[in-house]
Amino acid sequence: MAPLAYIGGAAGFAGDRTDAAGPLVEALAKADGPRFLMFETLAERTLALSQLERRRDPARGYNPALERFVAPILARCLAENIRIVGNFGAANPPAAARRIQEIAREQGLRPPRIAVVEGDDLAGTLSVQELAARETGGTLLRGASEIVAANLYLGAQPIAEAFDRGADIVVTGRVVDSALALGPLVHAFGWRWNDWNRLAAGTLAGHLLECGAQVTGGYFADPPLKEVPGLAEAGYPLATIDGDGTIVIGKPEGTGGRIDRQTVVEQILYEIHDPAAYLVPDVVLDLTQVTVEEIGPDRVRISGARGHPAPETLKATVCVDAGVLAEAEISYAGPNAAGRARLAAEIVRDRLTRRAPDLEFRVDVIGVTSILGNDENAMRNTWNAEAADVRLRFAAQGARTEDVRMLLDEVEALYCAGPAGGAGVRRHVTPRLASASCLIERRFAKPRVTMIEAPE
Amino acid sequence: MRTVKLRDVVNARAGDKGNRLNLAVVCRDPRHYADVARELTSERVAQIFASRGPTKVVRYDLPRLAAFNFVLDDVLEGGVNSSLGLDGHGKSLSFLLLDAEIEID
Repeated sequence: MAPLAYIGGAAGFAGDRTDAAGPLVEALAKADGPRFLMFETLAERTLALSQLERRRDPARGYNPALERFVAPILARCLAENIRIVGNFGAANPPAAARRIQEIAREQGLRPPRIAVVEGDDLAGTLSVQELAARETGGTLLRGASEIVAANLYLGAQPIAEAFDRGADIVVTGRVVDSALALGPLVHAFGWRWNDWNRLAAGTLAGHLLECGAQVTGGYFADPPLKEVPGLAEAGYPLATIDGDGTIVIGKPEGTGGRIDRQTVVEQILYEIHDPAAYLVPDVVLDLTQVTVEEIGPDRVRISGARGHPAPETLKATVCVDAGVLAEAEISYAGPNAAGRARLAAEIVRDRLTRRAPDLEFRVDVIGVTSILGNDENAMRNTWNAEAADVRLRFAAQGARTEDVRMLLDEVEALYCAGPAGGAGVRRHVTPRLASASCLIERRFAKPRVTMIEAPE
Repeated sequence: MRTVKLRDVVNARAGDKGNRLNLAVVCRDPRHYADVARELTSERVAQIFASRGPTKVVRYDLPRLAAFNFVLDDVLEGGVNSSLGLDGHGKSLSFLLLDAEIEID
């Protein structure tokens, strides 16, 4: 029988559950073969926020949840030789690696061999103008004076190299999410970097694992049409992959959740555009021949990924300052709640039209129309709405807080000067980042792997 | 032929990239694939999303998965970069689709 490799998908975003890894580690400890635990915690803007944090404090800039993800499972992983890979290094992988060394020391463990993958940061490599010339699908960077963060999506090669060099733990910054699985698989099976079908299969495994519970019943339930048993304690995915790239998705025993053709296919197509050409740095994945078979309770086999030669260019995400988002809310409840909310919105609109005609804002009537409609729908739908518990939300964007303060103030003034029964005003001003995508020539990618020694 | 809500026969999940939305549509029973393929054209999806002003809708067919992938351009009010709405990613928009009705055999 062909040897098998095992990968647990312990996190799908920076705010994911930090207790999901425990059952995966126990399941991996029982398996025989190369075993990995993967943490994907780096959404587009998370990295830019980390970059800002690093500027404030050079010892930080990695995922603030790092300790909560790693501390509970570090001892067991080191004892069982379950290797860990995560992009929780964010804007500062070396600092994250040092923090993990400290956690190991605090727990009295042997010093882990930690590799950091760097080279994704384009700051200092390309100027704003050079990045603007490479922007795709927009013109956000044209005329921008300063960037907050510019990071290439690296592929699986440096991760595989790090494991080849004996790492117990690999900490990365920006890599394409699926590389967190492909890297370990290339290391485990010795796949060649032009073995396109297997690289595609490893990428598909990563794509299935990279959102954690989204393949095991999370983001799926809509009872009674779509029931998920035990969703509150959903197991996170455990992939078993053979040397030919056939994938079986399962989950730890005794956990909740659901794995079948329906949950798996939803995740296969998640955030996909052309299913025949999903581009990552190592390969172009073609999903059109993929088949999905239910082979047991909560066990699904996925095969048939096809690969084509890797793309010429690499994607980079570039973030720029986008001012502030201002939001203010007020509630109306009981008889004619929607009618009073509508009057409140009209009052704010009326006053701002005269006093700040350039201030564009949006109104949502939460409980009547917010998510699926726009400002216009919200106003129209409150005519006859019978909702007896609504929350009115106003939002505006500006370069500085001063530009949007008038909206916040007008909403607050509804307390005494607006319709009857207004209550529960909350105001928030949130700094905003905007991101652009660029296509960058491969010669600018210089991934490097460094082993971080334990502190003396 | 009978009329059903899409949500009675398919599952859907939304994802975003910038101001572009993708909707994965999966037949709960693969036997409905042909019905859904006939009814849920890219033109029909453009109509369902008309209030959000799509500039382009493309449907990709995945018969082996009994699924379709729709890609809708410019429906996210600028996307998470500039939308003033609560759901800049458009993650809830799968349910705008699922409320539509189709005819099945």
